[in-house]
Amino acid sequence: MTPFVRHEGIVAPLLRDNVDTDQIIPSREMKTVSKTGLGEGLFASWRYTDEKTRTPNPEFILNRPGFEKATILLAGRNFGCGSSREHAVWALSGYGIRAIIAASFGSIFHTNCVRNGILPITLDMEAIQDIADIATKKPVKMTIDLQQQCLLWEASGEPIKFQIDPSDREMLVKGLDPIGLTMQHRQQILDFMDQQKTLRPWLFPETD
Amino acid sequence: MTLFDKLWDRHLVCRLDSGEDLIAIDRVFLHERTGGVALASLAERNLPILDPGRVYCTMDHIVSTLPGRGADDARMPGGETFITETRRQARRAGINLIDVNDPRQGIVHVVAPELGIVQPGMTLVCPDSHTCSLGALGALAWGIGSSEAEHAMATGTLRLTKPKNMRITIDGTLARGVTAKDLVLHIIARIGVGAGKGYAVEYAGSTIAAMDVEARLTLCNMAVEYAAFTAVIAPDGVTQSYLEGRPHAPTGALWEQACADWMSLRSDSDAGYDVEYHFQAEDVLPMVTWGISPEQAIPADGTIPAIDSLPPDKRESARRACEYMGVRPGMPLAGLPISGVFIGSCTNARLSDLRAAAAVLRGHRVAPGIRAICVPGSQTVKRAAEKDGLDQVFIDAGFEWREPGCAMCFYAGGEHMGEGARVASTTNRNFESRQGPRTRTHLMSPAMAAAAAITGTLVDGRALTEVSS
Repeated sequence: MTPFVRHEGIVAPLLRDNVDTDQIIPSREMKTVSKTGLGEGLFASWRYTDEKTRTPNPEFILNRPGFEKATILLAGRNFGCGSSREHAVWALSGYGIRAIIAASFGSIFHTNCVRNGILPITLDMEAIQDIADIATKKPVKMTIDLQQQCLLWEASGEPIKFQIDPSDREMLVKGLDPIGLTMQHRQQILDFMDQQKTLRPWLFPETD
Repeated sequence: MTLFDKLWDRHLVCRLDSGEDLIAIDRVFLHERTGGVALASLAERNLPILDPGRVYCTMDHIVSTLPGRGADDARMPGGETFITETRRQARRAGINLIDVNDPRQGIVHVVAPELGIVQPGMTLVCPDSHTCSLGALGALAWGIGSSEAEHAMATGTLRLTKPKNMRITIDGTLARGVTAKDLVLHIIARIGVGAGKGYAVEYAGSTIAAMDVEARLTLCNMAVEYAAFTAVIAPDGVTQSYLEGRPHAPTGALWEQACADWMSLRSDSDAGYDVEYHFQAEDVLPMVTWGISPEQAIPADGTIPAIDSLPPDKRESARRACEYMGVRPGMPLAGLPISGVFIGSCTNARLSDLRAAAAVLRGHRVAPGIRAICVPGSQTVKRAAEKDGLDQVFIDAGFEWREPGCAMCFYAGGEHMGEGARVASTTNRNFESRQGPRTRTHLMSPAMAAAAAITGTLVDGRALTEVSS
């Protein structure tokens, strides 16, 4: 996984609340049994006036001049709620999004972001609105420093600090593979299972 | 300690340096929409599944639900690959596959309890957000993404930060014609779609104690709609009787041992919760959603709220909802003409749901011009319903009677009720275009959806229920 240490990119404000994973990538855009090639389907219902011909909707933020290359999404409350489909995150990363700033996230979506190297940042709605007020009018560049846990951009005098779970930060900064990390505890896991087999044998069915 | 604390603790393998807990996973359930991707990804990385016997896979999300469907038929063009690839990967990996033609086939959260695959005290994960349904049996069950499913299969664990404890207590008796679906919509309308964020929710109180397992499943199903990590209900005699004799339930001496263990799974009387809510069952009316978020729900005989009466942070989404749904503040929901009715999904496609709808439909016809579809949650439900003659009640009323699957709960690019159609639906999400392009979804209980089918409008169905029973 690509480590996330420091990132500079254009901010795309999409300040709707409760943007669910079906809006991020509609089920009909999940066409192959694969984690790649999903960027085109990102926000398909909003991004295209005709999805079949991929006619861009000029009103949609990612189609506005200067915003096409946005890598930071600025969102509202409860972003990524709904279906657990990880395709939502694969579509965002396929498009090139590296970080999402929102007032809150759907919890499965939040984990999916971290597992795929996308940084989910939670800020209060007021701070988000302040950024959006300027970043909606013209494409604005922002720098995110994950180690320092702060955002920097031209209109902000001072760096904006953000909080993140230390384990999520570690995972992102180092680009770690959680399965590899957990495998280091393999013996402990096997011992735990053996103990459970004695304590609660019904949890271990014979394979049918 | 709370029930959730106890479930967590008994699965704690170790505390990690990162501060997360390593939690043992007893069951992984897959489905064809994402199962194939996860299994293929593990194979590519040469990561074997730790215990394939504890991994299950069903076919539900995109299988065709048309009568006479073939084993590879999907409900949208190109969907076949997901079915065939998941089947191939599941066979190769040696996991338990419940294939399209299997007499046990059905929606994962319908199948898992009815086969006794989920049991109290277990951890179960599935790459589907409605996995929280299974907390109804006293299991710790939650929805995950594909990467986490891979992690759970390869390591037998997940790395997690422990959520906080919330209790929602409901006391009293639900009025006639008021169901678990109405209760959960009532709760979400009151506490909001973000209220459960970071919490594991325990449902408690006399109303829950009096509910059968199927109603509890409906109640827990929608915990994710208010952002909860999951919901859980302490196992009791109701749970035990439900599970006894089910195909995967323990038998003989193991059954006795398991039951004794399950009955110890309850919150201590002095357990502390981070947040508590109380509801009175008598306050709950039949509920219908009017907007594009499950919290935008009102009693069926109510009127759409004035924007100004809502908290400031809810006004923008309410305006957007009115525009999308083609409704106005102050407008009554009852009488709004619909064009489609869908009875199905992991929320409301179990036998008791079909019975409730059939009780309303018996002796009636679907209103002219209305397309009405019933999709039983599983083959087991379908057989039981047919044995009771419910299929005939639906068909006589003018409903289509389908093969099990998730069906029109979400639009996958194939069949839908028509562009911009207004649909009375027993599903769980009324998001924009969830059921089809510009489809306007109104969530409600099966009986209410059946009543809407007969009248051709949104309606408080209690009058009809009275007449029919």
